Amino acid sequence: MAWFSPDMPRPSPNMDDAGFWEGCAARRLRFQYCAQCATARHPPTPICPACRGTEVRWQEAPAQAEVYTYTVIHYAAHPAVNVRLPYVAAVVTFAGVDGVRLVSNITDCEASAVKIGMPVQLWWDDLGDGMFVPRFAPPGARRSA
Amino acid sequence: MTVVEGSRSRCCIVGIGQSEYTKWGGIKDRSQFQVTAQAILAALDDAGLRPEDVDGLTSYSNDSNEPHLMQVALGIPKLRVAAMVWGGAGGGTCGSVSLACSAIESGRADVVVAYRGLCQGQARRFGRHGPGRVNGNFVDPFGLMAPPQMLAMIVQRFMHLYPITADHLAEVALNARANANRNPRAVMHGRTLTREDYFAARWIAEPLRLYDCCLETDGAAAVVITSRQRARDAKSRPVEILSAVQGSGPGWGNGALSGHNMPDADYASTGYRTLAPDLFGAAGLAPKDIDVAQIYDHFSGMVLMALEDLGFCGKGESGAFVASGAIRWPDGDLPLNTSGGQLSEAYVHGMNLIVEGVRQMRGTSTSQVKDARTCLVTGGLGVAPSSAIILGRT
Repeated sequence: MAWFSPDMPRPSPNMDDAGFWEGCAARRLRFQYCAQCATARHPPTPICPACRGTEVRWQEAPAQAEVYTYTVIHYAAHPAVNVRLPYVAAVVTFAGVDGVRLVSNITDCEASAVKIGMPVQLWWDDLGDGMFVPRFAPPGARRSA
Repeated sequence: MTVVEGSRSRCCIVGIGQSEYTKWGGIKDRSQFQVTAQAILAALDDAGLRPEDVDGLTSYSNDSNEPHLMQVALGIPKLRVAAMVWGGAGGGTCGSVSLACSAIESGRADVVVAYRGLCQGQARRFGRHGPGRVNGNFVDPFGLMAPPQMLAMIVQRFMHLYPITADHLAEVALNARANANRNPRAVMHGRTLTREDYFAARWIAEPLRLYDCCLETDGAAAVVITSRQRARDAKSRPVEILSAVQGSGPGWGNGALSGHNMPDADYASTGYRTLAPDLFGAAGLAPKDIDVAQIYDHFSGMVLMALEDLGFCGKGESGAFVASGAIRWPDGDLPLNTSGGQLSEAYVHGMNLIVEGVRQMRGTSTSQVKDARTCLVTGGLGVAPSSAIILGRT
């Protein structure tokens, strides 16, 4: 069962970001890199801002991340989040993946325990119909991870 | 920054107009379009002009009150400029004025009205999830759906990196309310706010509490811009536009409103480091020359960052700056958001801040700064592109 309610907005892949979501569908967190100059970028864009190349490769990130910043959200901007209030949305970074930050959630711990700099571990939330999204929890907090 | 030269601007604001401001859902008797059209007419009347004089209309942030329909409604015989600033949500407020100046200075228009109409009770509430967000795929599925949540992320890191506390956020909110309590047009006029009230209020998105967040409002506001030469004939006192800038720095994209991949050095900031040198340079002024400011207060913590990014104090020093009383009317060095701002007057997507800037330069604010000669106004902070103007007393 998905972490938020089933009516939560789902990713709707487009021509520019489909590579990211294809990775997610295979439960692989892959970021876009320029095939020419190896600059990583996110969210996906069709042209490399460093060398203007259009060839890309998708490279898997480590499953360990670090909280760059976060917010504890106390109200429902959409009915589907009611089941999780209050919940933590966070921006996380990955060692060795320079210039990339990912918006996600920190789950399976008290909101008051979340701190900037804390290590977190990737887990995959099954949204059904072959779609998975990456969420994060303190290491060891999820047995099934 | 030092005074390098006189202002290069050749335009003035000659008229201001607004509707009543109410809590969202408060305007029930007229459509948002009508409310906006009436704000434009009020601004023209203030200037001593008629719709027949107007040949340009500008706005921002996907304003749905489209200029070709406004032309019909107001009976404007000939429109020569109909343009909107792209993106950046409230970042475009002063950009719509900058656009008007570009049109006037290049001879492509003579009289331009910059306007914004926004009745959140008739459209949608900005604090709720809405469709069509740029890069929405990377925020919506994670429940990061609305600006207070998105910008809370930046404020959290700002408070982590620098000595900024909840008391400093509170000071921004309490200042806004004190000013609104002197402004009969303000939605929060007559409703006092104490420090105890501030801390007792519910969390919205930590570290932002209720009163750290702007209002959700029904209302419209407009300003009339024309050349300095033509401004001499205006009915009301013209206010000079000393500088008007719009733009964004590298890598911001939609900044805090989408993927949060701004450069690390600028993450816990408003993004105004890029705009500030041009803003002050074009006016030949430095931060110390600014007498009063209207800084886009969608969220209290962003205002603190703006004070730093614009050079009113050093990096990380905004907490101490506001704690010293610097932003308080009437005795502070930089009275701030003197109408009550968007925290306590109204959230007309920042257009009301420009109206208040004009009032300060005319000497007609309800929290008038004595002998004020310059007023800085910003657009939305932490978004891109953003914009700002410096107004001058004539």
